[in-house]
Amino acid sequence: MGAEFVQFSLTPILIGIFAAIACALPGNFLILRRQALIGDAISHVVLPGIVVAFLVTGTIATGPMLLGAAGAALVAVVLIETVRRLGKIEPGAAMGVVFTALFAGGVLLLEQSDTSSVHLDVEHALMGNLEQLIWLRADGWGSLVDPVALAALPPELPRMAIVAVIIMVLTVLFWRPLKLTSFDEGFARAIGLPVNLIALGLVATAAAAAVAAFDAVGSIIVIAMFICPPAAARLMTNRLSTQVAWSIAFAVLSAVLGYVLAGYGPIWLGAASSVSAAGMVAAVSGVILLLACLFGPARGRVGVAAGGEAP
Amino acid sequence: MAEISLVDTRNALDPASPLAVRGLTVSYGEKPALFSLDATFPAGAMSAIVGPNGAGKSTFLKAALGLIPRVSGEVQVFGRDVDRVRDRIAYVPQRASVDWDFPTTAIDVVLMGLYGQIGLWRRISGQYKARARACLDRVGMGEFADRQIGQLSGGQQQRVFLARALAQEADLFLLDEPFAGVDAATERAIIDVLKSLQAEGRSIVAVHHDLSTVPDYFDHVMLVNLRRIAEGPVRQVFTAAALSETYGGRLGATQIDTLILQGA
Repeated sequence: MGAEFVQFSLTPILIGIFAAIACALPGNFLILRRQALIGDAISHVVLPGIVVAFLVTGTIATGPMLLGAAGAALVAVVLIETVRRLGKIEPGAAMGVVFTALFAGGVLLLEQSDTSSVHLDVEHALMGNLEQLIWLRADGWGSLVDPVALAALPPELPRMAIVAVIIMVLTVLFWRPLKLTSFDEGFARAIGLPVNLIALGLVATAAAAAVAAFDAVGSIIVIAMFICPPAAARLMTNRLSTQVAWSIAFAVLSAVLGYVLAGYGPIWLGAASSVSAAGMVAAVSGVILLLACLFGPARGRVGVAAGGEAP
Repeated sequence: MAEISLVDTRNALDPASPLAVRGLTVSYGEKPALFSLDATFPAGAMSAIVGPNGAGKSTFLKAALGLIPRVSGEVQVFGRDVDRVRDRIAYVPQRASVDWDFPTTAIDVVLMGLYGQIGLWRRISGQYKARARACLDRVGMGEFADRQIGQLSGGQQQRVFLARALAQEADLFLLDEPFAGVDAATERAIIDVLKSLQAEGRSIVAVHHDLSTVPDYFDHVMLVNLRRIAEGPVRQVFTAAALSETYGGRLGATQIDTLILQGA
């Protein structure tokens, strides 16, 4: 593991790790609130936002892309609420209608517009470009302390790292309100907590994670990381803090193992080329969830027996 | 013996009452859930809210606490706006309203009742943990402190909820169906704790569904079915006429007779 690893594998792996953590952390609370679909919805609606931002500005610079994605997320939230109220249907159905429609719209828009000059296509939207986020200026581990080489890091790395750290800090800061409002909303309101604001903050945090991760790693990883690591973690423990710790461990494991397996797995099996890292990271997280379902110590659906006899 | 209070809507709400409402109207969409309801619960009493399913009993508690929006009406808790006295209120929601599969333990749930005092960021010291444990002991759940809440029976879960309310050290306890789906031992334990709270001078208002226990458990009762049918001391208000008005044809005459005989 020398210069070549630092040049070609270190940065994609780190970006994958930060993206996975940034999505898995809010995913824990979304899953406990039975809102896992929100992460899915957000990562889908990001696409039309990015396409529109490109059509308006003509570039794929980070700023406009993020603004476009954030705008699309906002439009989606408003649309979901409108469909839910006008159609008087449950939120899950409203979300399903809105995000698939917006995603389809984004795909059509993308195919109709001339994006041949830039790296923007459906494949990129789904799978990102993790393998291309390499660090050519690096010439070994020493580059990590070399300012010149560091300046040439792919910009996705510091961006994703900052977002992941901010989300970690927010999770710690708002731990008690998040936990209480996720468990018992009525009680939280009764003691005067701003329940709606906390719910909005959680969704906004998930949106920020999805938007930041989308460009680098694509929507497949984003969707998988919102759900698989937290869901697997829930099966490992009956404590929220331990669950969140497990979810981070599973997110990191998925990112690292997925990248390595995508790069070297096919070659070990005798195939000529590697496979999509994004697809493999998501697949590994799915396998982890499957293993947790089969062997996780807290997998017996404990709540069903005791809480089942609702009045 | 106090008389049945006829609330004069021109007068101010009674500031001595732990919970007084006037003209409370709530609707879900276009469907009214409560219409122009007046109530004045007495201090230091055990009060029941009684009525058929869908009569608006839980809605009353939620609207009084501001958990759901009200169309109109005035609510006062200890003579003040509810937002200013939230630290004096302990609310016990319906057990079925939360997901008991949530990854947390019994003692953790009770500690949630102390969040208001501990704050957002302060470390939970041993002193708070000892208080939470004492509350669990008081409802007979001390030995289950570290149990995941989904592994408890329905009655045990209800006791954990009550312990969380005890931890809040409130003056007014609002309970939504505290006896729904619990075993006899739990019902006994809960009523003992509530009576001891009353002996300490605290006020209790509970949504209650079992008519046969109303005269045994409660001093004051409000009969409700979208509107307030009657409110006052159980002995005076819990009558055959009021019950048949509250429940319409849903209670047979013999049933009502039995209930009234029990209460007499």
